Amino acid sequence: MEQKGPALQEPLSSQGGGSAVIDMENMDDTSGSSFEDMGELHQRLREEEVDADAAAAEEEDGEFLGMKGFKGQLSRQVADQMWQAGKRQASRAFSLYANIDILRPYFDVEPAQVRSRLLESMIPIKMVNFPQKIAGELYGPLMLVFTLVAILLHGMKTSDTIIREGTLMGTAIGTCFGYWLGVSSFIYFLAYLCNAQITMLQMLALLGYGLFGHCIVLFITYNIHLHALFYLFWLLLGGLSTLRMVAVLVSRTVGPTQRLLLCGTLAALHMLFLLYLHFAYHKVVEGILDTLEGPNIPPMQRVPRDIPAALPAARLPATVLNATAKAVAVTLQSH
Amino acid sequence: MRSRIREFDSSTLNESVQNTIMRDLKAVGKKFMHVLYPRKSNTLLRDWDLWGPLILCVTLALMLQRGSVDSEKDGGPQFAEVFVIVWFGAVTITLNSKLLGGNISFFQSLCVLGYCILPLTVAMLVCRLVLLAEPGPINFMVRLFVVIVMFAWSIIASTAFLADSQPPNRKALAVYPVFLFYFVISWMILTFTP
Repeated sequence: MEQKGPALQEPLSSQGGGSAVIDMENMDDTSGSSFEDMGELHQRLREEEVDADAAAAEEEDGEFLGMKGFKGQLSRQVADQMWQAGKRQASRAFSLYANIDILRPYFDVEPAQVRSRLLESMIPIKMVNFPQKIAGELYGPLMLVFTLVAILLHGMKTSDTIIREGTLMGTAIGTCFGYWLGVSSFIYFLAYLCNAQITMLQMLALLGYGLFGHCIVLFITYNIHLHALFYLFWLLLGGLSTLRMVAVLVSRTVGPTQRLLLCGTLAALHMLFLLYLHFAYHKVVEGILDTLEGPNIPPMQRVPRDIPAALPAARLPATVLNATAKAVAVTLQSH
Repeated sequence: MRSRIREFDSSTLNESVQNTIMRDLKAVGKKFMHVLYPRKSNTLLRDWDLWGPLILCVTLALMLQRGSVDSEKDGGPQFAEVFVIVWFGAVTITLNSKLLGGNISFFQSLCVLGYCILPLTVAMLVCRLVLLAEPGPINFMVRLFVVIVMFAWSIIASTAFLADSQPPNRKALAVYPVFLFYFVISWMILTFTP
């Protein structure tokens, strides 16, 4: 007689202790909250009781009714088997899609390795005759994308602006992940056209580590608001990380036209992205500010809003001055 | 067998609602204490539950709502935004720590990360009170100091619970996304203006 336990036994997770299936069915072995335990126990006992009753009833039926009882038993068994088969299939499908073991090898890194790869991402290596090695891991790139999102959000704060953080948070996450995944896919597609030897994972890793330069530049320039400094860092740090990626791609591509196409596209996208992140977010911020402060000005009275608020520290007195000017205008209007 | 069923019936199913709620509230309260005074202990991991994180997340999301009447887009999206960021951030960190080789269960990790938002919720309360005073640089410095202290507290608390589940040489790799997660929440708290 088959044991009807509350949860299906997981054959996958019992092999080789490091399986990482998201074990939502079994909850976990060590404990659950008191609800689940009591509930499970109760359920199991009730099921056993029902089974015992059903078995007793079946026996009685079979003896008394003869043929009819037998048919009833058969149909019950068939239904039971179908239920078991369906349950098995569903759990197999679930464990297939929820099995994050597929990604496990890409996260097999040590902190020292991540550190050295971060530093190497800023050092272009001029070896173009032999394909350069690319580390195929996803931990570093993923963390760099999240760091870039955090830096973008921090940049909003140091601009000292009153923003609806919801919109910009979604935009920041969408921009960073969109760039990483979208540009990687696009360059991988171009690489496929140009016969370059690079896999999708390697492209993701390469571009992800290339964002390290972006993170540094944005972190510094969001705190020190000097455009000249930004341009210097843009060329220097942005350029170094782009050169590294370009060198790797050149070493893996044959033919001058293909090299030019692939590396030119990547260099342009990478440098322009840094430019976009620095300037577009300022513009987006100022645009939202204009939209927020616009309706407060009465239509006929053009109150001059040219009180310079170039430095963030000056924004508070500027806002106060603006408010005073508006109050004066309203008072004049009422007279 | 029947007597056993009756015994279990009477213990949980037939008890009054007040008993059930009080028992769960006590469990949640005990875990709050463990977060506020973090020691290396197994309590949060052994008896995980998601009530505490839900209460904290909803409280934080409600307090972070702008509630301004002049802009019709505010209000709803902010609640959803905070909710989504907290829960998806926690799921991402959990997946990351599992992929790095940690032997912690999915819901245990969610439980720990959710409970360690408690110091930041306290920071939110303090910031709201401070914002009732007049605005200025001192106001901002006080809020910045409170948020930084609570941010550090959150990280120390979550590290105390999660660190043991990681292989010893990869603790830094697992702690870094936790740092980013609480940083984003602290940023939301600090930049909040009613």
